Amino acid sequence: MIQAAEQKATRVAFGEALVELGRKNPNVVALCADLTESVNMHKFAKEFPDRFVHAGVAEHNMIGMAAGLSITGKIPFTGTFAVFATGRVYDTIRQSIAYSRMNVKICASHAGLTLGEDGATHQMLEDIGLMRGLPNMTVIVPCDANETRKATFAIAELKGPAYLRFSRPALPVFTDPATPFVLGKSDTLLQGNDVTIIACGVMVWQALQAADELAQAGIKARVINMHTIKPLDREAIITAARETGAIVTAEEHQINNGLGDAVAQVVVRNAPVPVEMVAVNDVFGESGTPNELLQKYHIHKNDIVASVQKVMKRKR
Amino acid sequence: MERKFQKFETPDLQEMARQMRRDIIKMLYLAKSGHTGAPLGLADIFATLFFNVLQYDPTNPGWEGRDYFYVSCGHVAAVWYSALARAGYFPLSELATYRKFNGRLQGHPAPMWIHGAPGIEIASGSLGQGMSVATGTAFGMRLDKKPNRVVMIGSDGELQEGSSWEGIMMAGYRKLDNLLAIVDRNNIQIDGLMDKLYDINPLADKYSAFGWDVQEIDGHNIDQIRNAIDKGFQTKGKPSVILARTIMGKGVPWMEGDFKWHGVAPNEEQAKKALADLAPTKFGDFITLEWEKNNT
Repeated sequence: MIQAAEQKATRVAFGEALVELGRKNPNVVALCADLTESVNMHKFAKEFPDRFVHAGVAEHNMIGMAAGLSITGKIPFTGTFAVFATGRVYDTIRQSIAYSRMNVKICASHAGLTLGEDGATHQMLEDIGLMRGLPNMTVIVPCDANETRKATFAIAELKGPAYLRFSRPALPVFTDPATPFVLGKSDTLLQGNDVTIIACGVMVWQALQAADELAQAGIKARVINMHTIKPLDREAIITAARETGAIVTAEEHQINNGLGDAVAQVVVRNAPVPVEMVAVNDVFGESGTPNELLQKYHIHKNDIVASVQKVMKRKR
Repeated sequence: MERKFQKFETPDLQEMARQMRRDIIKMLYLAKSGHTGAPLGLADIFATLFFNVLQYDPTNPGWEGRDYFYVSCGHVAAVWYSALARAGYFPLSELATYRKFNGRLQGHPAPMWIHGAPGIEIASGSLGQGMSVATGTAFGMRLDKKPNRVVMIGSDGELQEGSSWEGIMMAGYRKLDNLLAIVDRNNIQIDGLMDKLYDINPLADKYSAFGWDVQEIDGHNIDQIRNAIDKGFQTKGKPSVILARTIMGKGVPWMEGDFKWHGVAPNEEQAKKALADLAPTKFGDFITLEWEKNNT
């Protein structure tokens, strides 16, 4: 069973990586919409005050400015909560970033239900859908602090628009820092041929706990960490479908338009097998602690276990 | 900042503006759709910018020393394409491909590294975004202590978009005096006259309150345009805006002031009439239309 070395917030790893990027590359600049400490950009702001823009409560302008900066050769990282990073500025992202292919990195903290007590207006559950729907956009949902750090470096190397989604709470750190992070290539964390669990972000740890429980019941689950939602690792999905015959997806996101739908699209078109999806079932969230919410909204290891049992009954 | 390339004086700028108006009529006629009125209204400003003010290299659109030029009200694409072609960014004959399938002269401007035209660095057309883009670039120039200037064209209708004001507010707060905005103040929006539908006055007061230096000019008087731009660039400690009073459809008397010319193209009869109102220039048209061929 994979152990967690420690608990660390993915946003903290992002902030640390951003500072290192700032030191390595003078073209990296950062903008934040009045959430500098929350999004962990304060260390960058302190070390590179000239290269940091306090964008204020004005996300449209932040995105537009990022586009304008990227035209001059800068590599802008924008930061705010996921809910403000996507929905309210969608058209500006679409026209001035995605269509225009600007080298802007949209970094989104406090995503999903694990944002907690602030409640539904802030718990963004539709952002993966919004961003993966845009041509030219790369979408990454890292699963722990180690991976968030690697992903931050990876999007700086990438030429073009990127969306990086991370979270508020301290989370188990369990991936190997030495494993190379390759955009668009998933990581198989556990081998198995009875069923495949494909998860991203917060749900990868839940998937590993579920796999552990299933193993004790004699079910060997393959667990794939699908950190890059776009471009999706289609090959890994098709191989898993053919080799295991059943898939469960798991995400901290609505059931519509997220990882589940992305995987299902590949499966249906290439290697149809039964798919079950663990996701928020088309409802908004509410105030609560992350654990309370993951359980109430059925995006918990128990739901993955139940979905595996369900999908295996559907196997041919 | 001394302009590096050709620099026309006022009489030639006036003639070039008239040529651009002829280009616009012909482009719109051939495209059979698009925006006619505002491009005609902006011809004097674009002629002045491209042939007297802006630093650029048409053979090297990404030249490091270039002034950055953004057209936030992207629907005025026709006047921008005419200016770019006349300046040498692409062949004049390409103006006939405006809005055509597989062409680079897209209905609303697209950047040159996707399917758009050389000289265009970001897409526009969804109003209210260019101000922020220009603000970002101006900030970047100051960060790098570069002397390049940033010029942005926007429309008055566009100022109904709240996002415009986010950019205006930031530029003013940051005192981005390397930034010059020009507002096409024709008092027209799609549904009609702005002051009858949703008046944004007092506009100069609003810009001043946001920390900008404001000038109001006749947008068809080339000397006023030149002087205002010079003064705008010389102003320190504040970004500058020129509220240029223009007439939609300027140059074609029966189109002037008519908001219905915002988003329609002239048909053959209308194109003939309009071209008769715009005397040919020494610069020559980019194409001879069918009915003109009989006159040789």
